[in-house]
Amino acid sequence: MKMNQIVFPLALALAATLATTGCKHTPVKITQIPGAQPRNPNDGNNPGTLPPGGALPSDGMGGSGNVPPGGGNTADPTLFENMIKDPAALAANTIHFAFDSAAIKKSEQSNLETVAAALKSSASDKLLIEGNCDERGTDEYNRALGERRALAAREALAKLGVGADRVRTLSNGKDKPTDTSHEESAWAKNRRDEFILLHPKAGV
Amino acid sequence: MKKTLLLTITLLALNFSRAQEINIEHVDTFGQKPIPIAMSGFTGEGAEVLKFDLTVQGFSFVTPDAAQYLISGSDAGSITGTLTDKFAKRALLSRSYNGASLRRQTHAFADDIVQTVQNFKGIGQTKIAFKAQPSGNGAGEIYVADFDGHAAQRVTTDGAIVAKPAWVPGKLAIYYTSYARGNPDIFYHSLSSGQRRVVAGYSGLNTSAAVSPDGGKIAMVLSKSGSPNIWVCNADGSGLKQITHGDEDSSPTWSPNGDWICFATKHNERRRLAKVPAGGGTVQYLNTVGAANPTEPDWSPDGKWIAFTSQMGDFNICVMPADGSSAPAVLVSGQNPAWSPNSRTLVFNRSLGYRQVLSVLDVFTKQYKDCARATGSSSQPAWAK
Repeated sequence: MKMNQIVFPLALALAATLATTGCKHTPVKITQIPGAQPRNPNDGNNPGTLPPGGALPSDGMGGSGNVPPGGGNTADPTLFENMIKDPAALAANTIHFAFDSAAIKKSEQSNLETVAAALKSSASDKLLIEGNCDERGTDEYNRALGERRALAAREALAKLGVGADRVRTLSNGKDKPTDTSHEESAWAKNRRDEFILLHPKAGV
Repeated sequence: MKKTLLLTITLLALNFSRAQEINIEHVDTFGQKPIPIAMSGFTGEGAEVLKFDLTVQGFSFVTPDAAQYLISGSDAGSITGTLTDKFAKRALLSRSYNGASLRRQTHAFADDIVQTVQNFKGIGQTKIAFKAQPSGNGAGEIYVADFDGHAAQRVTTDGAIVAKPAWVPGKLAIYYTSYARGNPDIFYHSLSSGQRRVVAGYSGLNTSAAVSPDGGKIAMVLSKSGSPNIWVCNADGSGLKQITHGDEDSSPTWSPNGDWICFATKHNERRRLAKVPAGGGTVQYLNTVGAANPTEPDWSPDGKWIAFTSQMGDFNICVMPADGSSAPAVLVSGQNPAWSPNSRTLVFNRSLGYRQVLSVLDVFTKQYKDCARATGSSSQPAWAK
């Protein structure tokens, strides 16, 4: 029903566009511009309500409910739902990386051992590793690099006896700097993995 | 055609050690002189739109004495315009426009001028999607707007990190990455119904959706196998298949025939661009000599070019022939290039102070103009095709 209401004006708009672009050299001709100006640019109160504004066809995929995401074959994200984040517990054990590198420095080994010990001492806890980059790379390159940094720590923890299924990774790329100034001292702080301990909810 | 391309690339790969010998012959291709044009009679918004649209499509505004073409007319109430060839002394185009808004009438007039003088379809009535971050980093939202940044509308209200929108060809729908669920997941979002759903929400990274030219498949970056790699699935998320197995792959883009996926990767500790058959197969490294640290490739809809970002101290927008027949040309400072439907204009983001602004670049004259700003910092534009 809704689809029809949207498709019809769009089809008209398209037809009008085609009609007006048909002839080129005819002197003084009235060209009807399809579509109205979109309203209230910044007034999106609902996630993703958008009046159709331009001469583009409808999406054609319908808009049904949520399709459950596929299960990951490493650490199933559903196993990490409803856990309480404890960013303070391992805040002192954030590890840092060299520029454009996901290799774990030897000097970070003691931090990883502390993280591993915390997980071993509490079998019901899990871990979220957030990988981050400095601003000196492109967006999606850094999103991959941040993930590599988080995965490198997960691998190192596995060597220390922490099951990979207890560890979830998340890359912020360069979108979550801890120091927003633009110099090496800030960049060095931003190239990091943060360890966030996850506790099961009481009574679960 | 495909065989020739394959052969060229294979030869290039074999010859990589001698890559420096390849000619740099882009001085003419990308240093073209703009067409001199003069304007009279337009004052407010009409004049502003004509200047923007024509500057980023190969024209430069000069005095009537120096012009080859003259635009005269009026933007009082509605647009009436005439295009005259000064040398031939005749009117090429004379039209009035009504309906919609003055802006859109003017975009239509600009498109008519571009079609008449340059014989290609203009970009005046096209749309873009992009990421906007109010405070310059951290949480942001996905927006869509006219190609010049006007009439921007927020698509998401996630209050979370968002990334890399991609249009479904010919449809009012986009894919993008959002951290709304506490993890980078890929969403499909219908702009006509306003509904969205997750198409990739695996453990780890789900990002950089790129839609195949026929709209049937999605290439993207997933880390579920233990490293960030290129995967392909159907438009609804089904039929998932791992395509690459490198250490650190990012930013897939489709060849217009749907046969290849170009992406950024690391090989022997160096950042490289590579391409792989869309159904999986042997990875071929592209020659980007002269443009270090290439990332963010975007294949032009006509198949001829690959635009990308090079990092040599600063970020630079580069363009190279997709068949590797000559070295990349470094055009302007900026990141995240995305081709227009007519394969001659790029939208990208560039630094303005410490925030990013969207800008539109006429590739062949290297003229560019900044888009209207939505909020804070804008980046990762995608052009509706």
